[in-house]
Amino acid sequence: MTRLLEVDNLTLQFDTDEGRITAVDDVSFALDAGQVMGLVGESGSGKSVTAKALMKLNPGNAVYSDKTKITLHLESGSVDIMSLRNSTEMQVVRGGAISMIFQEPMASFAPAITIGDQMVEQLLIHTKLNKKGARELSIEMLDRVGISDAAMRFGQYAFELSGGMRQRAMIAMALSTKPKLLIADEPTTALDVTIQAQVIDLMKDLVTDFGMGIIFITHDLGVIAQTADHVAVMYLGRIVEQGSVRDVIRTPAHPYTKGLLAALPNLHDLDSPLVAVPGDIPSPLERPSGCVFHTRCSVALAGRCQTEIPRFSNVSANHRAACHLVETKGGI
Amino acid sequence: MTDKPLISARDLSVHYPMRGNVLGPKQVVRAVEGVNIDIERSNFYGLVGESGSGKTTLGRAMLKATPITHGDVTYDDGQVRYNLSTLKGAELKDYRSRAQLIFQDPYAALSPRMTVRDIIAEPLEVMGLTKSREETDQRVREIAAKCRLNLEHLRRFPHAFSGGQRQRISIARALVSRPQFVVADESVAALDVSIQADVLNLLKSIQQDMGLTFLFISHDLSVVAHICDHVAVMYLGRLVETAPTRDLFAAPQHPYTKALLSAIPSLDPDDRGKAQKLEGEIPSPTNPPPGCKFQTRCPFAIDICRTLEPKLEKSGKEHDVACHRWKELMEE
Amino acid sequence: MTDAPNMDVNVNQKAKDAYFTASQGQLIWTRFKKQKAAMVGAWILVVLIISGLFAPFLTPYDPTIAGRDKTYQNGAPQLPSFCDENGCSWRPFVYTYERERSIKTNFRWVNTVNIEKRRYMQFFVQGDEYTLLGLGFSTHLFGVDTGKVHLFGTDSTGKDILSRTFHAINTSMAVGTIGVFISFVLALIIGGVSGYYGGWIDSGLQMVTDAVRTIPAIPLFMALAAFIPDTWSAEMRFFFISIILGFIGWPTLARRVRTHLLTERNQEYVLAAKLCGASPGHIIRRHLLPSFTSYIIVDLVISFPYMVLSETALSFIGLGLKDPVNSLGVMLQSVTSADVLLNYQWYFIPVIFFITLVLAFVFVGDGLRDAADPYSDTKK
Repeated sequence: MTRLLEVDNLTLQFDTDEGRITAVDDVSFALDAGQVMGLVGESGSGKSVTAKALMKLNPGNAVYSDKTKITLHLESGSVDIMSLRNSTEMQVVRGGAISMIFQEPMASFAPAITIGDQMVEQLLIHTKLNKKGARELSIEMLDRVGISDAAMRFGQYAFELSGGMRQRAMIAMALSTKPKLLIADEPTTALDVTIQAQVIDLMKDLVTDFGMGIIFITHDLGVIAQTADHVAVMYLGRIVEQGSVRDVIRTPAHPYTKGLLAALPNLHDLDSPLVAVPGDIPSPLERPSGCVFHTRCSVALAGRCQTEIPRFSNVSANHRAACHLVETKGGI
Repeated sequence: MTDKPLISARDLSVHYPMRGNVLGPKQVVRAVEGVNIDIERSNFYGLVGESGSGKTTLGRAMLKATPITHGDVTYDDGQVRYNLSTLKGAELKDYRSRAQLIFQDPYAALSPRMTVRDIIAEPLEVMGLTKSREETDQRVREIAAKCRLNLEHLRRFPHAFSGGQRQRISIARALVSRPQFVVADESVAALDVSIQADVLNLLKSIQQDMGLTFLFISHDLSVVAHICDHVAVMYLGRLVETAPTRDLFAAPQHPYTKALLSAIPSLDPDDRGKAQKLEGEIPSPTNPPPGCKFQTRCPFAIDICRTLEPKLEKSGKEHDVACHRWKELMEE
Repeated sequence: MTDAPNMDVNVNQKAKDAYFTASQGQLIWTRFKKQKAAMVGAWILVVLIISGLFAPFLTPYDPTIAGRDKTYQNGAPQLPSFCDENGCSWRPFVYTYERERSIKTNFRWVNTVNIEKRRYMQFFVQGDEYTLLGLGFSTHLFGVDTGKVHLFGTDSTGKDILSRTFHAINTSMAVGTIGVFISFVLALIIGGVSGYYGGWIDSGLQMVTDAVRTIPAIPLFMALAAFIPDTWSAEMRFFFISIILGFIGWPTLARRVRTHLLTERNQEYVLAAKLCGASPGHIIRRHLLPSFTSYIIVDLVISFPYMVLSETALSFIGLGLKDPVNSLGVMLQSVTSADVLLNYQWYFIPVIFFITLVLAFVFVGDGLRDAADPYSDTKK
């Protein structure tokens, strides 16, 4: 498996009127080609911001720490994303090596330009195809993602397609430049559940066919369980648990992950009550000290959890969690 | 105490005229078509469906928040008996104090310029249910405490609160007039998972405490499974199946219900590939297919399905299904 | 790398509590204060408005013919100084100008400066009478011990330009206020009914709005100028012009009110109120009006300069106000001759004031508009 992406110590703060808000705090992970990595979290977890940081798409008041290092390994060599200064340099990466799809497909297609024109425009920027070649490739991609009558759809506008088809068209557009890495930011959240199932299947097929890496961002653990190989659970900008999907979902170690799983309504056990995670997600202006989760943690240790930021402890070979309790229980 | 249902609909249809052609035939959107439904007292009744199913419209029709085109809705709580299609004037105002709505979007449902106390007190003041400011304040405090909002919160404006807290304010506002019937329209859909469980538990405990009847509208079957006593499934404006919750999830009979259930991503990573995937898109409500509305995507459709629309038939104790082939498909 | 936990908890709590209990007005003010350009504009505006209101006190002479200085016509600005060759003094002084005409000067009046004769400035002097708030006063902020001082010079009849400028600001602001007020009331009613009810009421009213909007101002005013009887006093004329400006200014504002209402009435919290059985009056009062008060204030502030400039333009071409009522337009009427442009450039000093006034309005309006939506970033 070739390593595709390495993120080390990504820390991102925003300069706002209310002060410096920490959105992402010391996040590290790696992704190999052909793998699907899930970033799971609720609002304020920083998962979208993390993904956008990979293409430096965050707004202008974003401040990256010096220790942040994002390395993209392409066939042509390794690219240090943090060192790319301006849009011209970033253009190689954005849309070319890395593609992104969003939650709201209506928002990512320009409403007054046909879908076909937008796809062709992207190809003309990133590849050496001419207009005719770009058109052929686009229609082929539309067909590939399961849009029937692709040639007709090529000439349609975004509002003429249904939600599911728009999302597929967006996937087609994202994949037409054959990116090495696809970032999917809540791609199925706005879709009906039967359409969601179709889109998830599609994405898994594409991973196999194209050999890409996918970073799949969502709040839905069920979707992650079905699509991802690895998962990182984020809370208030920090990764609290990381590992293979099987390990994290079957044997969660961090209290937050356990809480999330317990709060999920489970179809197999209709009698068990829904256990909520107590309290509310703190606003980013009120970041708790020490372990960011301690204000809502039912097993928090008085003292240590409030003051000391927990480091990662290994739960098993492919599974680690940042929790003092896991540490004291003794990892491998 | 009668054992008549609190609210029941007979052949209820809600059609919206489509703008556009002045000359051509009038086009209508058949949002709800021929629905028969009975909701018993103190029942937590779930209504599920995807986009275009008409579930929101049905909920609003039962509150007379949207005009009823055909059919009857009868409300009978032992004190009064209203026929919603002909309800107006003082009786309509009275009905408003007995039937309320909890909205989906906690950010749009609260007037940003009013304090929480004023928001919750508004129904009391508009409906003239209290005689003095002290009485209003007393009632507001009472319901706020039930929704776990404290006195501090009452002085603040909505922008001070998180999504989950705002939804609790919404709930408090809906309940302050002590209604008998509450429609919760996707009330937890916009909330994070860890907060969802909290709000759901709150709704359930309030329902038991105040003896309310809930119509819980959701697209999320697993949520409905945990909290509702009885479930109705809608597709394109029609009821396709209704049953007590356990029965529906243990033995679904309509092909759409089966597909819906299997499309829910399972939390078991090894459960992949077992889902029965539905092909195709949801038809547009302006141009529904003839016969059974589900026939375009149904893997079991036969000739009769394409010409004759199936009616709801009894298939078990309190279990109704609208499908021509339900018997044979059960025996398979 | 989390935030330092050693913040003063109390102070923090108070600040947060203030934010949580802040009403819409307070939130807007906080945001407004952060914009420097807007704050500067606001200060300038306040200063200019107060100067206009207290113009009779701040300026030394009556701005009309009654206060003119016959000995100093078309005179250049006299700048007070503290020191000169003859020594310094605590009190600022100006020089005496003597006028002479003789065959040497081609019989033109020529002003010469006599630096020996100083005229000291005095403060809180008694001068021409004026009324302020219905009461008569005669104290002015400054003056000179003999004769008159003209900080901005004088015009062809000897009227003090400084006095005229500040009185003009007052007049233009008054015309603007009345005009904006009338526009506002009309816009609120018409736009409000249109936006709230929608349907054919809306269509009908919109047609009326568009018709009024297309009325060309200058031919209208020419017709009205012909219609106004000469017997009308300056004040009546003044009110008439203001009212007419208000009557043709409402369409733009009405359209904005209507748009705001059309959006707001579909908000969910409005539906929630309807579901309680709230009457349209209640909904308008409690939900809709507060929702766009901030926007309407922005619109009002921004329409002010338009009113002022419309009045200026009309008066300039003689269709608006006339002497003795002062306004920028009236003052500019005499500016069009080449004589003035070449020789008496100080006639343009009022223009600077008006540019400043209009710009101040624009900056404040822009700042308010940016600050007016304090809820836009509370969604997650």
